[in-house]
Amino acid sequence: MDNKSLVSIDDYTKEEILEVLDRAAKFEENPNCNLLEGKVVASLFFEPSTRTRLSFETAISRMGGKIVGFTDSSSSSVTKGETLKDTTKMVSNYCDLIVMRHPIEGSARYASEVSDVPVINAGDGANQHPTQTMLDLYSIYKTQGTLENLNIFMVGDLKYGRTVHSLLMAMSHFNPTFHFIAPPELEIPRGYKILMDKNKISYHEHTDFDDIINQADILYMTRVQRERFADPLEYEKVKNVYILKNDMLKNTKDNLRILHPLPRVNEIAVDVDTNPKAYYFEQALNGVYARQAIIAKALDL
Amino acid sequence: MNIKKELQVSAIENGTVIDHIPAEYLFQVINILGLDKSKNSVTFGNNLESDKLGKKAIIKISEKFFEDEEINKISLIAPHAKLNIIKNYKVVEKKIVESPKKVVGIAKCMNPKCITNVEPVTTRFKVINDSPITLKCHYCEKITDHKHIEII
Ligand SMILES: [Zn+2]
Repeated sequence: MDNKSLVSIDDYTKEEILEVLDRAAKFEENPNCNLLEGKVVASLFFEPSTRTRLSFETAISRMGGKIVGFTDSSSSSVTKGETLKDTTKMVSNYCDLIVMRHPIEGSARYASEVSDVPVINAGDGANQHPTQTMLDLYSIYKTQGTLENLNIFMVGDLKYGRTVHSLLMAMSHFNPTFHFIAPPELEIPRGYKILMDKNKISYHEHTDFDDIINQADILYMTRVQRERFADPLEYEKVKNVYILKNDMLKNTKDNLRILHPLPRVNEIAVDVDTNPKAYYFEQALNGVYARQAIIAKALDL
Repeated sequence: MNIKKELQVSAIENGTVIDHIPAEYLFQVINILGLDKSKNSVTFGNNLESDKLGKKAIIKISEKFFEDEEINKISLIAPHAKLNIIKNYKVVEKKIVESPKKVVGIAKCMNPKCITNVEPVTTRFKVINDSPITLKCHYCEKITDHKHIEII
């Protein structure tokens, strides 16, 4: 069992979040270092996720570490029916840190309990993806200069989007005002509303995507996916309602930045890309610095 | 009052009386405690009048005294049940079933995609609400509500 692991965003206190963000800023100034020299990081991708894997591997390489592992489970002993426990135990003997992506929910927590080295969760099914949340937070911190007292707008699939839920939990430390813009079918789950009420966090729900966004500091866009709808007609009705177009940004605040966990489908029109308020490509790059900081913390470096 | 109580279910000499079980959960409690396979003499009454629960059930088990771990299991479905320990026809001890803060290895996570349903992992839950009892999985972080609690 190792408490240096990062499995869920709740594993970090507010102070730890801020500590990692400050560290990420240092890595951004100076990405190349030797902190991981002589160290081996196991990158275990039980399901493919090229984007996340490349970001981690870049982070590790820039810190001078070596990477072992696999990019999907079809090429590993997992296909021979080895349990996650056995794979984790075996690998944790070889390396100093495990980065793990797995389709089964709770797998990362379990791995962190059987591993002798820290485990960083790179996504466990629909459950948690804390390094994505940290890069979202870093993007907000960098563009706004603070995480405190911001107007955060979340748009699209707020029911199933795990990035939305984790970001909501993490931002709750910083006295935000949330605005949720979603069709009723995809509204924010009741559990999160109860939690926000309990923590006295103000939030507003909207179904219309209109000039309410003029109040926003951050506009966090997500995909509305067809497979989330039981009735295809319902999807057809809403699929074009939650699309951000450049002319909608005319009267928005100067400090507004648009975030998206990527990949996008059509929810942000291409004409937004050249708007200085579009931030989703830089956001992805921030992932490397955020992951460098998370790795350094996990290894006490 | 006392006469009425005795009429509802007859007295036992030594053993345990479990009272204040919500009527609809009687058979679940019997299952969880394995009373259907018990060699002890078991009597029960169902749909008895209760000021608190509307309809309640009572189970009396002769010559049986429960371990705390077994009592914990009852708490998952009948959190307000009361246990009377009977010796020589007298109540010598009363135990109130309390919801535990944690539930380990007793209940099943209702999320089919949870690691505990894929590999032999001991289930662990935090009790986030005790009436109705609601469990949050330590692994997948999903909620298993009272209606879906399945005892292993
Ligand atoms: Zn679970």
